[in-house]
Amino acid sequence: METQKQLDEFQIRIDNGEKIEPKDWMPERYRKQLIRIMSQHAHSEIVGMLPEGNWITRAPSLKRKMVLLAKVQDEAGHGLYLYSGTETLGVKRKDLVEDYLYGTAKYSSIFNYPTLTYADICVIGWLVDGAAIVNQTMLAKSSYGPYARANLRICKEESFHKKQGYEMLAKMASGTPDQQKMAQDAVNRWWWPTLMMFGPHDSDSPNSAELIKWGVKTKTNDELRRHFVDRTVMEAEAIGITLPDPDLRYNEETGHWDFGDIPWDEFWSVVKGDGPMNRERIKARRKAYEEGEWVRKAATEYARKKKLKEEKAS
Amino acid sequence: MNTIQTMNPQTKEELFVEILLRLADDRLILGHRLSEWAGHGPELEEDLALANTALDMIGHASALYAYAADIDGKPDEDHYAYFRDDLDFKNIALVELPKGDFAFTIARQFLFSAYSYFLYRDLIGLVDDDQFKGMLQKHFKEIKYHLRHSREWILRLGDGTETSHIKLQKAFDELWMYTGEMFAMDNLDQKAIEHSLFTDVSKCKEEWINLVSSTLEEATINVPDNNQYMYNGARKGLHTEHLGYLLAQMQFLRRSYPDAEWK
Repeated sequence: METQKQLDEFQIRIDNGEKIEPKDWMPERYRKQLIRIMSQHAHSEIVGMLPEGNWITRAPSLKRKMVLLAKVQDEAGHGLYLYSGTETLGVKRKDLVEDYLYGTAKYSSIFNYPTLTYADICVIGWLVDGAAIVNQTMLAKSSYGPYARANLRICKEESFHKKQGYEMLAKMASGTPDQQKMAQDAVNRWWWPTLMMFGPHDSDSPNSAELIKWGVKTKTNDELRRHFVDRTVMEAEAIGITLPDPDLRYNEETGHWDFGDIPWDEFWSVVKGDGPMNRERIKARRKAYEEGEWVRKAATEYARKKKLKEEKAS
Repeated sequence: MNTIQTMNPQTKEELFVEILLRLADDRLILGHRLSEWAGHGPELEEDLALANTALDMIGHASALYAYAADIDGKPDEDHYAYFRDDLDFKNIALVELPKGDFAFTIARQFLFSAYSYFLYRDLIGLVDDDQFKGMLQKHFKEIKYHLRHSREWILRLGDGTETSHIKLQKAFDELWMYTGEMFAMDNLDQKAIEHSLFTDVSKCKEEWINLVSSTLEEATINVPDNNQYMYNGARKGLHTEHLGYLLAQMQFLRRSYPDAEWK
């Protein structure tokens, strides 16, 4: 049983800005929340490889092919160390993976949208990675040490991805009429789903208060979203891209950009599994997992045999 | 089935371009096949390793193409990757075969990386062009890693479970008829050897077969019969039916909007 004294002492450590490390005492609920958030983050990195991987074989130059391949590889790397980070909380990667493939665990809904043209790849870099950076910059200050450090590392690579996406989008936006059309169309399709990435409004986000109290998060969903919109408006303007929101206007009083209503019905529908690509994404990941089973078994069996031989030899 | 120019390079420079393209095409096409695994690997660690190898190989191809473009007066490396048709590609058939299952991918990678290892080792000792040599030395370091990585998997799959053993044996049996092209020599190779632009690959065949045989033996896999029918002619444009589809996919966007800037 957790005593009030333990909880109070834990809260004091959090309030003092101390990092919680794997072997430290922590409330069971804190551990559960972190497992949920960290594994969800890991699953998102892995599922996120699919929409982008969709364009590796069709990238329009060798340079772009390598940039995209390296980006997708980085995501596998992020997934790997996020799973490792989550394992410090006493869970196994295999169980976490099976929980999103066959159970109830979630990944970011943004990856349930299709990448229809190459411009989508640029927009994912600019907007989706841009939004992820806003979130992860905050998470790099998270109270749980391994998660904070993972995010610090991820942010560095994501910043690079964002820069590459933005630069290529800028090129398309000032390119041929076909390229301009593709660029604007991709922004039109990805804008609202990107804003949804920050999660529901604070008033509809039951976990937020607790996560902030424990220093897992330091800002609310709406604060992060507003910060993202503020900086993205200027970036869009600089490359001649129009954000698809007629209500977007600068508010002199608040010093922020006001924006229109987010289509929350769509958000909840996709979260619950009814988005354009939910079923296909899960199907593709299950296929990879199931078809890879014999490979993983072979590696385990070979390691066992090898160990046995070494023991016999000595 | 070939353009005259492809078959009969007149000058040393033309010959050099052909050699660079042969090396580059092998690497681009195999890199492309490997890249198809991104997001679909059997294990996260393998997603990373396969993407990494793909990235290395496409990088090698890109550098070789860029050098060929310099000599050949072509705009850039993309010219060769995106604006040539099947008959102009000079890669061996082995690298264009569909990626298959993990056993097939790894068996092919091992056969090709072992070939690359000996080829590059000999080329480094022979070529006198500094830029080319520097490139080869840089790529050689990565080839050693590809060879080690794929060899480790051959041992794991061959001597792992019964299922993995069967799958790997099947992969080698299927691949074997495509290995002859690695060591086949034509007039162009002979001329290139005279100009110290290429090495007599038939000479490293023995070392290759020794490495492959000893690895397969350790992995409890039978070495397929070397006296069987061997595919030949892909370097002259006589490809399998698979290359056309690969190129259609790889080139479509670039060719659909030829006036657009994509770099």
